[in-house]
Amino acid sequence: MRKTAWSPGFWACFFGCGLILAIAIPAFNLLVPPNSPAALPDYLVPLLGKYLCYALLALSLDLIWGYAGILSLGQGAFFALGGYCVGMYLMRQIGARGVYGNPLLPDFMVFLNWQQLPWFWWGFDHFAWAAAMVVLVPGLLALVFGWLAFRSRVTGVYLSIITQAMTYALMLAFFRNDMGFGGNNGMTDYKDLLGWDVHQPSTRLGLYLASVVALGLGYLLCRFITASKLGRVLLALRDAESRVRFLGYSVTNAKLFVFTISAILAGIAGALYVPQVGIINPSEFSPGNSIEVAIWVSVGGRGTLSGAVVGAILVNAAKTWLTGAAPETWLFVLGALFVLTTLVFPHGMVGLLRRARWIRPRAPAPVPAGEQA
Amino acid sequence: MGAGTPSPAVRDGLQSAVKRVRVLLLSSLTLLAIAVAPLARADEFASLLSDLANGGFADKEKAVIALGRLGDERAVAVLTALKDGRLIKTPDGRILVSDAVRLTDPISSTAVSGITADEAERIRVNNRLRGAIEGAIGELTLFSSDPAARLAAAQDALRHPSADQPALLEKAIAAEQDAAIRAAMQQSLLASRLVAGSKAEKLAAVRALGDKTDPQIKNLLDQFRAAPDTDGELRQAADAALASIQNRLRLVRLAASLFEGVSLGSVLLLAAIGLAITFGVMGVINMAHGEMIMLGAYAAYVCQQLFRAFLPPGWIDGYLLLAVPVAFMFTAAVGILLERSVIRFLYGRPLETLLATWGVSLILQQAVRSIFGSPNREVANPAWMTGGFDPVGGFTITWNRLTIIVFCLIVLGVLALILNRTSFGLHMRAVTQNRAMASVMGIRSARIDALTFGLGSGIAGMAGVALSQIGNVSPNLGTIYIVDSFLVVVFGGVGNLMGTLVGALSLGIVNKFLEPVAGAILGKIVVLVAIILFIQRRPRGLFALKGRTAEAEA
Repeated sequence: MRKTAWSPGFWACFFGCGLILAIAIPAFNLLVPPNSPAALPDYLVPLLGKYLCYALLALSLDLIWGYAGILSLGQGAFFALGGYCVGMYLMRQIGARGVYGNPLLPDFMVFLNWQQLPWFWWGFDHFAWAAAMVVLVPGLLALVFGWLAFRSRVTGVYLSIITQAMTYALMLAFFRNDMGFGGNNGMTDYKDLLGWDVHQPSTRLGLYLASVVALGLGYLLCRFITASKLGRVLLALRDAESRVRFLGYSVTNAKLFVFTISAILAGIAGALYVPQVGIINPSEFSPGNSIEVAIWVSVGGRGTLSGAVVGAILVNAAKTWLTGAAPETWLFVLGALFVLTTLVFPHGMVGLLRRARWIRPRAPAPVPAGEQA
Repeated sequence: MGAGTPSPAVRDGLQSAVKRVRVLLLSSLTLLAIAVAPLARADEFASLLSDLANGGFADKEKAVIALGRLGDERAVAVLTALKDGRLIKTPDGRILVSDAVRLTDPISSTAVSGITADEAERIRVNNRLRGAIEGAIGELTLFSSDPAARLAAAQDALRHPSADQPALLEKAIAAEQDAAIRAAMQQSLLASRLVAGSKAEKLAAVRALGDKTDPQIKNLLDQFRAAPDTDGELRQAADAALASIQNRLRLVRLAASLFEGVSLGSVLLLAAIGLAITFGVMGVINMAHGEMIMLGAYAAYVCQQLFRAFLPPGWIDGYLLLAVPVAFMFTAAVGILLERSVIRFLYGRPLETLLATWGVSLILQQAVRSIFGSPNREVANPAWMTGGFDPVGGFTITWNRLTIIVFCLIVLGVLALILNRTSFGLHMRAVTQNRAMASVMGIRSARIDALTFGLGSGIAGMAGVALSQIGNVSPNLGTIYIVDSFLVVVFGGVGNLMGTLVGALSLGIVNKFLEPVAGAILGKIVVLVAIILFIQRRPRGLFALKGRTAEAEA
């Protein structure tokens, strides 16, 4: 197992893709003259960065859904929480340059006539604190939520529904103005990040590269987990949870561990996403967003890490293109994707490729069709 | 209590009996006066009008007050015009009411031509006079022929009780035919006695006001109690009355919360019953359930539009009776189509059904948006469902909410009958419990699956008709209810209609009781968190299936 997971062929593929993303794309942006047809315009860089963040989010869902059978419909909540942590840091960086010129309070607090900074905003003027929170907030929420859920053996559909209820509750909470997170409008109008202007193409390229690195490291982490002994336990409990439990493995701890790791990955994805799109608002918590992540994973191929990445990038590229070209057809296409991938291509694109033997079949095994939740 | 000294209650009774006789006498006199009045008053009206035009401010004020007392409806137009500066005197001495388009003679209420407002002189008013005019108009409207105006005047009198009101109100009460308006007037009369009555009258009024629930009366009593000229006995009576009002208000609030809770619960229940069948009985996670509700609501909209377009106007109130079966048939058909084309391939893979039906829900939403457009569509309540009634004073039970509660109970009852008393219900339960065995016994399980799914979807469609009566119809109507519906079903216990009923009602009531304490959104968040925690304790809901079936479902 370990041998095939870390074969030279894998490393060649991994670094090949990494080189394209990290070297070729910036090169096309920086070195090719802007009027040449091969040039990558500046506006596409944050868009690609956004796709990579989505890919990391899809990866985090695939880790728990594809390998441990936990379909979390609250993955978007962890993503948004990570985003809010960075959003708060960016708001504090604005300082006195806001519309109201208040050095301490963000504009929306001045607007609501608040006199002082709430305690949960303390420390967010330091990048290190914000970065720690990006990991800690989603991680702790997942730890507590998962501990409660897995301990009492809430599985399958029930787990999906309560994770959905969780993200829905968070959405309602963040929509409230007096929560102190900007309410309906969220947070936007960022100025700079670690001293660099977020609107500068160079900063955006930097953020893009950070996303490439995060996705690469996230991928390696997921691959490490799934190829390890824990990964085998996860696969086993996905297919026959009770049997694994009776064999003496701690199903609760195994699930809790991957659930927390996955939430942290989603939080990091959100943290990289917010400075690139320039806004965070409560609609990121909406249950629909989290369900959409599941379709990226399905399209790419559930239970294959590369499938999640490919699926997220392709579906979102299609979304960008279609919502521009023919906005009213996008929901039809997305809906049809949901139906077709579950009915006709249950193993997604990677599954199709493997069946066609273009790629040598390799562990982990594809999801059995008659899988019980 | 000694037999010689009459108790206060008896004394009050005597007093009020005496008063009633007096009021009766008075009122019969007034009735007589009103009957003969028009003849006598015609001249009086004209002469008061000329006083208005020709006298000084003091004369005008007297004339205004007299006009108010006259009880002549024509005076309302005159006084309103005077207040707005639209009452004019022509050079030849006639007094006319001018509005933007024409001049009217207030005595004969006919339009006058041959003269323009520019040639005439405006009759002036000052602030003191304006106050008098407003009072007079208020008094006059007590005798208006329009019941709504009379009611408004009676309620207005409650808001500004004054010393000269009691006599006027007594007169108005005597002439009033409508019981509800008379009650409002009597309430105002009691309130005005607080200001202007003798001590005995005040005491009686305070005691009588103790069994009202109107917050305005509570304010009045508060003011009365705090007034410096209120003596000890009156103050005690006021305290007692206030305490009784407080109690009553608390009860009313409780009843109101309970009704709102049951109403919300019935809406949730309607939305969730269909889901209880498809999710609970068939194990299918139908994320398109919300869209079935939405389709039902649009069916109601279409029925309404058809009635408006093709049937005589009097028939419009009947559209709802057609909308319910139409919505049921249409959404049931869509449901059967969905089951045959998508869901039947996914039995036993609940998570994948979830994704596929979510896709279907996106397609349905976008299809409806393409056909009907994204803006909200308005579905009007039929006349028999508009308005409401006030059982105790203080909160209103609206007919549309009450109808939905009843409708919801009927749907639940019929469904229970179908499940337990028909062969279809028997087959359905058989397939649910053991598909293979049911097939062996000759039940066509595929057909039963399709029909069951159709039944669940059809009920969702009827829920949509009900929801169209309390809110707007829009393409994302369904998404509002989908999370709630799932929570109701999961909370109540999957595969159990009783659980769905209890789950929906308790969620509705808890939500409405939390709302005044925590606010609407926070209350909802609390409920969501409570359910998440509850599911940890009882992962299979309130009424969990026990034994082998429960294990097989997991």
